Amino acid sequence: MAMLHIVNKSPFERNAFESCLNHASAGDAILMIEDAAVGAITKTAFAAKVEAALQDKSVYVLSGDLAARGLSEDRIISGVETVDYAGFVDLTVNNDTTQSWL
Amino acid sequence: MATKKFMFVNRKAPYGTIYALESLEVVLISAAFDQEVSLAFIDDGVYQITKGQDTTGIGQKNFSKAYQALGDYDINKLYVEKESLEERGLTLDDLMELTWEDEDDDYAEKPSIHLVDRAAMSGLMADQEVVISF
Repeated sequence: MAMLHIVNKSPFERNAFESCLNHASAGDAILMIEDAAVGAITKTAFAAKVEAALQDKSVYVLSGDLAARGLSEDRIISGVETVDYAGFVDLTVNNDTTQSWL
Repeated sequence: MATKKFMFVNRKAPYGTIYALESLEVVLISAAFDQEVSLAFIDDGVYQITKGQDTTGIGQKNFSKAYQALGDYDINKLYVEKESLEERGLTLDDLMELTWEDEDDDYAEKPSIHLVDRAAMSGLMADQEVVISF
């Protein structure tokens, strides 16, 4: 039973993202949207935690939210995939359940 | 009207919440009252002034260009905290080039952004008469 975890808070401002990573299971998918998109880029104080999650989970970021914050896709963590809104819908359909970490 | 030293402290990324836009609006209003205004960008506030913001994918208005106008309102002290940039994998090169024209120096274009470390930022805050945090 794979779950899609949706995070929308910056990992630098709230602990929702970190709590999500601490509770997600192997095989789950994690999607960064809104302010959480800043967690997708390399060389941040949070990058190591996302890299660790990539060992056994798939990690996605909503491309429009990255672009809105001036972050180009060439600086996202290797292994993190970008999705658009259609890809967001696919993720919700392809996972059994979703959980929003507000 | 007496002039006071105002600092607007920005701590949130743009677009995810309304804080960044509200702060910018209050800053622009404050310019009309001839106060001594400075802006601080700390924590996620540094994302407010990244270059190349493109909001077409999220259906929100891109207000980042409005920061370019601050210089015309004599708001030219934008302090950016070095540690906040570093924690987020960012450098000064990732920020917009924000400038102002110095009419006392033959309208020379000068940078509005000043990179300061956390200790210096703390000192700047201590210097203020009014601090408004967003």
